This record gives sequence, structure tokens and C-alpha cells, in this order.
Amino acid sequence: MTSIAPAIPALQAVARRIRRHIVEMTHAAQSGHPGGSLSAVEILTTLYFGDVLRHDPLRPDWPERDRFVMSKGHATPVVYATLAESGYISADLLPTFRQLDSPLPGHVVRNQPPGVEMSGGALGMGLSFCNGLALAARIDGRSNRSYCLLGDGELNEGQNWEAAMAAAHFEFDQLTAIVDRNGFQNDGRGDDIMRLEPLIDKWSAFGWYVIAVDDGHDLAQLADAFAEARQIRGRPQVIIAPTVKGKGVSYMEADPASWHGKGPSDEQLQQALEEIGA
Amino acid sequence: MTTDAGLRMAATREAYGPTLIKLAEAGYDIVALDADLSASTGGKKLAEKFPDRWYTVGAAEANMISMAAGLAAAGKTPFAASFAVFLPGHCFDQIRMGIAQPNLNVKLLASHGGLSVGEDGASAQAIEDLAMMTALPGFSVVVPADLVEAEKAIWAAGTTDGPFYLRVGRPKLPVLYDESYEFAVGRADVRREGSDATVIACGLLVHVADQAAEILAAEGVSLRLINMATIKPLDEAAVVAAARETGAIVTAEEHNVIGGLGSAVARCLALQAPVPMEQVGVQDRFGASGKWQAVLERYGLTADGIVQAVRRVLARKTA
Repeated sequence: MTSIAPAIPALQAVARRIRRHIVEMTHAAQSGHPGGSLSAVEILTTLYFGDVLRHDPLRPDWPERDRFVMSKGHATPVVYATLAESGYISADLLPTFRQLDSPLPGHVVRNQPPGVEMSGGALGMGLSFCNGLALAARIDGRSNRSYCLLGDGELNEGQNWEAAMAAAHFEFDQLTAIVDRNGFQNDGRGDDIMRLEPLIDKWSAFGWYVIAVDDGHDLAQLADAFAEARQIRGRPQVIIAPTVKGKGVSYMEADPASWHGKGPSDEQLQQALEEIGA
Repeated sequence: MTTDAGLRMAATREAYGPTLIKLAEAGYDIVALDADLSASTGGKKLAEKFPDRWYTVGAAEANMISMAAGLAAAGKTPFAASFAVFLPGHCFDQIRMGIAQPNLNVKLLASHGGLSVGEDGASAQAIEDLAMMTALPGFSVVVPADLVEAEKAIWAAGTTDGPFYLRVGRPKLPVLYDESYEFAVGRADVRREGSDATVIACGLLVHVADQAAEILAAEGVSLRLINMATIKPLDEAAVVAAARETGAIVTAEEHNVIGGLGSAVARCLALQAPVPMEQVGVQDRFGASGKWQAVLERYGLTADGIVQAVRRVLARKTA
């Protein structure tokens, strides 16, 4: 029984609101990345609302904060929705997503809005960035941690494995990676495009402490995984989270390859909102 | 080692390690990263005095660049060093999206720039790095001419907020400046006044242009010589003054004639003060393996090459 069990109904409500924001934003923009945002909802919900990330929405530049780094930088809807639910930004801004002069650009841009730690969108850079954060924390004797969300398709990028080698070599135990293992990437099913398995063995061979959860949408499992990761000394940790691309919207779950980078129609939005039930 | 004229000889890359130590001793919060070339860049010298300020990440330049971005995001002043052919050749995306776009305070030390790498050949000879780096919004791009200027440029980078690309070289060159030299980012140094034509050079070609100026002086040509160490932001006032006062410009650089100092000067002239111009540089082809002096000779990056370019531009000026 996880310690966050009493909080789970409230966290599930947050997750539903984040899902609603995601489909509304991508509908309004008629673009953006709903599938890989919906697969990561519980991961971000646990981080931001499950007492994992040490952060203060009123002080996004607090030096002692933990850092959440969105390496799969195209999945901005889930990031902005989470920042809105956390209080970094007003939810009123969400409909401006991807519009000119909006503070919410299509791919992650550092400090746009405050709370976004790294510019990305080109895949494969986040884990290295976290290595730099971890090195700075070590030099300064700070205890703050870094959490890096990686897409599974993103793991095709070689820089991840440079970074994985380095994090283990430097024994960055204040660094936790999460793999959003939704099984699909831009061109289709990941296993058809570039085989990743055996993924646990890969990370283990690179010297990482691997936590494989059964369900990347189960808030209690994720909370336990983060709690376990925090106890590990001398090694970076990776949580491999099996997820469903488009989770919570039936027509996206049924055809995830079509929902990497486009927004729902008016009718599809209504259906999605009914299914999400927020 | 000294030249015939008694000048001390030193490679511009030799400035890196000692200047890192000075920055750390002065209290700047620097961290230096290398990627398995630390003996060549000299960065490891920092570890002798500050062991917690220098790290090698192995032969993994992309990881090094994004790590430097993370260090800067955490408030450090990181330096990252490798060969110019890898920075930005291996890491353009990491530099572009990781450093330039968020305007992070990262300093790139690109050693072994240009053809003067010599024997290692085309693979190792960066002739396009300045084109890539000057195309990135916000980057300062500096190519020092000698050891003293390199020390002052590295110091300026370490003490000035914002991203820097510093290109230094492998071979030992004459030390042209002394400690009294006042380097400033974006300010040209007029090494020699003249009225007939101006040579604008950077890096290794500055001392070569000195030789060309002597040859031309013997022929009665009054040559202005400008050391344009900062390619970006370009000292446009110095370029325009040279155009107006001498009426003819020759650029000289260890880089493709497309995208480097020559292109930057040509753009400035075309927009503000069009005059006849010639370029000494790599004529849009790759380098070759050989003794570095022989390679420069083959590609025309010599005093004679500059003299001929000046004669051409003078003929156009008076035509």
C-alpha cells in the first residue's frame, strides 16, 4: 500500500483536468502532439502533485528546486497543462497554445513560460542537460534532483546513450529518467521502426538502476517507483513506464500512429471530453 | 622558440589552460569540459589546481555540449572544448537549440581550427565552422591572432555573459602583442595605418598579412592592416572607415570564402560602403593532408597570396 493512496482520487481528478486541457489545446491549435502528451499525464501528475518534485510555482527560479526536464520536447500540451494546474501559469493562457505572441510555443523553449527548464524539440538532449544539472549540484553540494522524461522513440537518438554512459560513470544518483514507453513514434509502431528491446537490459548494462513498473498510468505504482528511485545511492535510476499513446481518448488509443502530431476536430473534441469526464 | 625577428612563438591554443586557471583563481564560477582531447586543448591544466572544476566526458561531444547547457542553466560558467571540426561539426543541433536559442552562458573553445591542422587532413580541417557559428543568433565568434590575444579573448568570454565561440589553432605562431594590448570583443585592431588598400585578416593570417604589408611597402603600396579577431559582432565602423579611406579591401582567413570573415565583410561593404574587394581564403573546397605550411601554400594562404590579392584589388580600384 503506497503512502499516497489517500491522495489518489484527488490526483486522478488532476489527471482528468490535464487530459481535458490537452485535447482542448490541440483542438484550438489544430496542431500539436496529443498522443504523446496523453501517455505522459500520470507521470507528470505524480511528479508535480504526488510530492515527488520539490518545487514552488511562485518561485520558478528557486535555486534549490528539483528540475523536471522534458526531453521529448514536442509533447508540450501535457507540460503546459501541468504548469497551469500547478499554478505556474493561468489556465486562461492554454487556448493561445502555438499562436503568435503566445507564451506557449509548439516545442519546449526554456523559461517560456517559467517552469520550462530546457529548450528542446530536437530529441535526445535532455538527459545530457540533466547531467550538467547534476554536475552543478554536486560541485555546489546541493541536494536537488533532476527528473528527465524521455520518449521511447526518442531513445533512437544516440546522444541518450552517450548521456547514459556519462551519468553512470559520474554516479549521478540525483538523476532519475522516466521512459514514456508508449510504443509508438512519429512514423508508427516503434518495434517496426527501430527495435528497443531488451530495454531493461540496455539500461542495466549502461549501469543504471532500473525500475520497471507494470502500468505507467497507475499513480500508486509511479509514486512507489519515484520513492524507490530516491533511495538509490551511487547510480542514476530509470523508471520504464509502459503507457498507452492517446490514453483516455478511445479513438486515439485505437489508432495511436495517427495521433502523434495533429489536433482533434470539433466532433472529436466533444467525444474526447465526454470520455475524459473532467 | 622565436622568429627571425625575435618574436616568441606559441600556439593560440596554449592560452586555454592557463586562462582557465586565472579565471578560477579570480573567483569566476567556471567548469571546463573536455571530450577526450584534453591534451590537445590544454583544458586539463585546470584540474591541476582545481580538480573539481574540470571533467572529461570521453569521445562524446554531443553529450558534452548539452551538459554544458545544463551547467549554465544551473548558474555555472561552463567551457566546453574540442576540435573546431567537431564544434560545431558534431554538435550543431546541441549548440543551436541547447545554447544559442536559450542564450545560455556557455563558452566553446574550438581548437585546431582551419587548414593549419596539417597532416590530419580534410577530416580534421575546419573550414566551415565560422559559417555555422556566425549564423546562430546571439553567439559571439572570435578568432584570436596570437597567444596574447587568445588569452584576452578567453578571459573576455569567461567574464562576459552570453555564448561565445573561440577558435584557436594548432601551430606555433609569432606572438604579436604584449600584455599592454587592450582586446575588446567586437573591436578591430588597426595594426598598421595605410591609405592605398586595407587587408582585414583574422587568426593565423594576421601575421601573414604583416609580412605581405612589408613586401608591398617596399613597392610603395601603403597598406592598412586590420586584425578582425571578432567575426561577430563585426566591427562595421572599422570596415566602413577602411572602405572610405582606402577604397579597396582584401580579407584573409583560414576558412571557406563562403560564410566566414570575408562574407561578413562583403555583406557590410555591400550594404554600407561598396568598394572593390578580394578574398584570400579556402576557395570552396576541402583541405588536404600535409605539413601545415605546405597546405597553406597549396591553398594560397600566404604572404604572396595576399600580395597578389592586393594587386588585383588595386587594379580594380583604379580601373
